[in-house]
Amino acid sequence: MTSTDAEQQIASPEDLRTVEALRAGDERVFRELIERYTASMIRVALMYVRTRPVAEEVVQDTWIGVLGSLPRFEGRSSLRTWIFRILANQARTRARREARSVPFSSLAGPGDDGPTVDPDRFLGADHPAFPGHWASPPRSWEGTPEQELLAGETRERVQDAIDMLPASQRAVISLRDVEGWSSQEVCDLLAISEGNQRVLLHRARAKVREALEEYLDGRAA
Amino acid sequence: MSDAQGMLSCREVVELVTAYLEGALMEAEEVRFEEHLAMCDGCAAYLDQMRRTIDVAGRLDPEAVDVEACDRLIHAFRTWRAGSEPESGS
Repeated sequence: MTSTDAEQQIASPEDLRTVEALRAGDERVFRELIERYTASMIRVALMYVRTRPVAEEVVQDTWIGVLGSLPRFEGRSSLRTWIFRILANQARTRARREARSVPFSSLAGPGDDGPTVDPDRFLGADHPAFPGHWASPPRSWEGTPEQELLAGETRERVQDAIDMLPASQRAVISLRDVEGWSSQEVCDLLAISEGNQRVLLHRARAKVREALEEYLDGRAA
Repeated sequence: MSDAQGMLSCREVVELVTAYLEGALMEAEEVRFEEHLAMCDGCAAYLDQMRRTIDVAGRLDPEAVDVEACDRLIHAFRTWRAGSEPESGS
């Protein structure tokens, strides 16, 4: 992933209007940006620094950095790509400065490379007819009403499950599934390969699905 | 379903779901994945659950931003607007 990949994405007309408004001193637009991106920025910062207070400081410094660099924004990338690139640089710099920084590769955590679904839910490899087939298949959610899936409590469970993920998985699922970034954008920002990103995303989704299944099956029982 | 002729087992299928949804499977693998799905209710339900999980994740409420932090940034913005380089907000 080179930086030129990211720069192929050109700022949208909306991005350019936003930047114009900021340069003109529109405080409301700045507040909207802060509200829209801060939670995800903290998650990305937490991939590099260990504690939430430090991550929050990194995000504060990033916004200051964004203001300082605004005159130099040329629209060669989308505004959010540009903001998050400043964030990632700030976070990496901060992590290097702190002796307690964690290398990215260790963030998946030891013991987090096995199957994403409990092996007990499958028949053994030595089963005569159906080795590796479901012993305890997931219940179909076809009959689960949309409103139950989108109810406040269901969404809370999903949010909780995301919050409990290891930092790198949490950052990737937040950018991809919560914020709707493309795989390419995430790979460029975090300087990881497509394959690595996919593994992190898959592990994250599998855990969130499991939490949702536990909750919905508990209600259905 | 699974057999010795290289059919995918359910255990294998669940690990390929994200690659499938990303369109990252090789063509032959994608065919085997879809063949398995067509005859396995358990894996079809698993794929559907993953899709719905992604859908719910995309509809989470934006998290509230710490008011004090936001106020500090707005203050920094006003300083910046007034023409001076903003000070660090932290």
